[in-house]
Amino acid sequence: MNIMTEQSLENAVGDKMNAKSNEVIKMRGDKVGVFYGEKQALFDVNLDVRLNQVTALIGPSGCGKSTFLRCLNRMNDTIDSARVTGKITLDQEDIYDKSIDVVELRARVGMVFQKPNPFPKSIYENVAYGPRIHGLAKRKADMDQIVESSLKKAAIWNEVKDRLHEPGTGLSGGQQQRLCIARAIAVSPEVILMDEPCSALDPIATARVEELIDELRQNYTIVIVTHSMQQAARVSQRTAMFHLGYLVEEGATDKMFTNPDDKRTQDYITGRFG
Amino acid sequence: MSSMLVLAIVAAIGVVAFFIGRQRAVAQDNGSVKPHSRAHYHGWWAFLLAVLPALLLLAVWNIGSSVYLERHIHAALPERTADSAVASEALDVSLVKSLARGLRQLDANTQLPASFAELQPLLAAKGVALATDTQDYMIPIAVEANAVQDRLGLIGAVVTLVLSIAGAFYALRQVAPRARARNNVERLMLWGLLAASTIAILTTVGIVLSMLFQTIQFFDSVSPASFFFGTVWDPRFAAAGSGGSQGQFGLIPLLSGTLYIAFVALLVAVPVGLMSAVYMAEYASPKVRSVVKPALELLAGIPTIVYGIFAVVTLGPFLRDLSAVLTGGSPFIQGQSIFTAGLVMGVMLIPVVSSLSDDIITAVPRAMRDGSLGLGATRSETIKRVILPAALPGIVGAILLTASRAIGETMIVVLAAGVAANLTANPFEAMTTITVKIVNQLTGDLEFNSPQTLVAFALGITLFALTLVMNIVALYIVRKYREQYE
Repeated sequence: MNIMTEQSLENAVGDKMNAKSNEVIKMRGDKVGVFYGEKQALFDVNLDVRLNQVTALIGPSGCGKSTFLRCLNRMNDTIDSARVTGKITLDQEDIYDKSIDVVELRARVGMVFQKPNPFPKSIYENVAYGPRIHGLAKRKADMDQIVESSLKKAAIWNEVKDRLHEPGTGLSGGQQQRLCIARAIAVSPEVILMDEPCSALDPIATARVEELIDELRQNYTIVIVTHSMQQAARVSQRTAMFHLGYLVEEGATDKMFTNPDDKRTQDYITGRFG
Repeated sequence: MSSMLVLAIVAAIGVVAFFIGRQRAVAQDNGSVKPHSRAHYHGWWAFLLAVLPALLLLAVWNIGSSVYLERHIHAALPERTADSAVASEALDVSLVKSLARGLRQLDANTQLPASFAELQPLLAAKGVALATDTQDYMIPIAVEANAVQDRLGLIGAVVTLVLSIAGAFYALRQVAPRARARNNVERLMLWGLLAASTIAILTTVGIVLSMLFQTIQFFDSVSPASFFFGTVWDPRFAAAGSGGSQGQFGLIPLLSGTLYIAFVALLVAVPVGLMSAVYMAEYASPKVRSVVKPALELLAGIPTIVYGIFAVVTLGPFLRDLSAVLTGGSPFIQGQSIFTAGLVMGVMLIPVVSSLSDDIITAVPRAMRDGSLGLGATRSETIKRVILPAALPGIVGAILLTASRAIGETMIVVLAAGVAANLTANPFEAMTTITVKIVNQLTGDLEFNSPQTLVAFALGITLFALTLVMNIVALYIVRKYREQYE
């Protein structure tokens, strides 16, 4: 693909997990800036998200990584004072273009939030919510099929298959988060955005979700914001380091964690600040 | 000495005790021992001990002395005979009491005449009007009563002040670095708050009891079956003492009128109020919200009588004429109708529904909205499928609260739906409600122990039971859904 930058080509060489041929750019941020009212939270971020890879966004609190993530499916639209500049593309289509329907975009770019937020409905209804809105199932059997396969993909089916009609809020934190992932998968998105999906979970639940993320990579493109360096190293193929609203450095995870170009990245990863 | 003056002196003692207490605590803090309570707690404790027991005593004393005074007057009055000038003993006592109050207005050195006929102009000159059946023999009793009252008042004042000073001294002697003044003050706060919350409950109990006794009396003359299941309301007013024939006291026309009008009102208020709440909570920009919300809440501040006037002067005739035009001749909507009353009451209730629901909808966590929007749901889908279900228990509670208000509303109904106790299913005819009839039965010059009057209490207690049941249902629904959702 000729749309790849020199920089990303260079990094790709060091990325032994992916051959050059499948390095397709799924989403691309071009000089993305975000303002909350007068205050600028993000400055000129250029970042590519590659197909079927996990891209981790790291950096200290308040560095703009969640802000960037929320730009990718225009969740910032829901905040009145937020304004986005620059260009973000999905399959080379500008997602902030007037012709883009934000509802359709969010169906293609799903989101899992920091705190598990199942709806106050049954487990089944939680998963069926998205497909129902988008009219993905004609008959009840189809819906059952979607719910089952989504829950299976989210690795929670065995735990909940006997209690599908109990409230989703009755599950444990880790189960709730996997339910939210199932809910996001159910609308068959192309990209899944995860905003610190494990920050509210215990280590065992975190391990299950991380395993799941690795499996999901086969079918989806994933962008994950995390505060855990180990998590970024374990689950991602590419890592982007943010600091004070700027993208400091971006590259293959292996390289970022062993031989980063920027001193700030090295300091952050080794725990000297942040 | 008047109670007001005593109160002021007690308060002054309290303030002085506060400052001395605080000062002493500050002076004792020499740094060697860590004080248990901060200095102002010692001050407050001294204030409370100086004021509270004294006030309590004063209140009890005043109640006790007025009871004593009444007994005293009673004993001084001549034996009652069949041809006594005054109708009843209670009236006798109250005449003496008002005479005694009147005498206080006269200058201290006025020579009191022995007959009431001579006394009356003197009092009238001071602006005191007395009942004409005040008797001559009452004058010395009233003078005597005033003297007794003065004596009791003076003793009470002295005892109160002594107690106040004693309380202050007791508290001030306790001031020490390790004294637990803070705990004492906190405990008194707790009792104060407890007392405040008990007042509401005790008042409710009092209201129910006061209605209950009259209701039982009512059911002595009218059978409960004919009250609760009777379909005719015809109380047959009769002048006091003239006997008169028994009326019919059927609850059904009033109850159905009440529920019918409340239903029409809710039919207007709930959808409109709910939608305006959704707009305000979910769509309105902060700028619009800051204008529309107070404007809407202004509606809630309009007295209901004004709504009633609007209904009877403007809306009622308008609807009647409109219906006349529609049918081309005879109007099918009467000037006073259930429809008009319900409509106006509904408008009155819109801000209640919308304000309560707005708070409830805003309280639904942002995570719910984000979760739904993040899946590609539109705003209205999010509201319909996530926010309203999550807010449902609260909204049901709000609606039932509104219904209670609709049922209790009186002024709009009197003006807009009339006072005719019909039993009809046609919303365009006049009907009336329980509250209107309560007012109706209690106004006018009626014997207080006739069923015509007592029925008001039976109606009142029925209304109370009705709203109580509704509130219980509301609580039940809210709790049930809450269990399901959390």
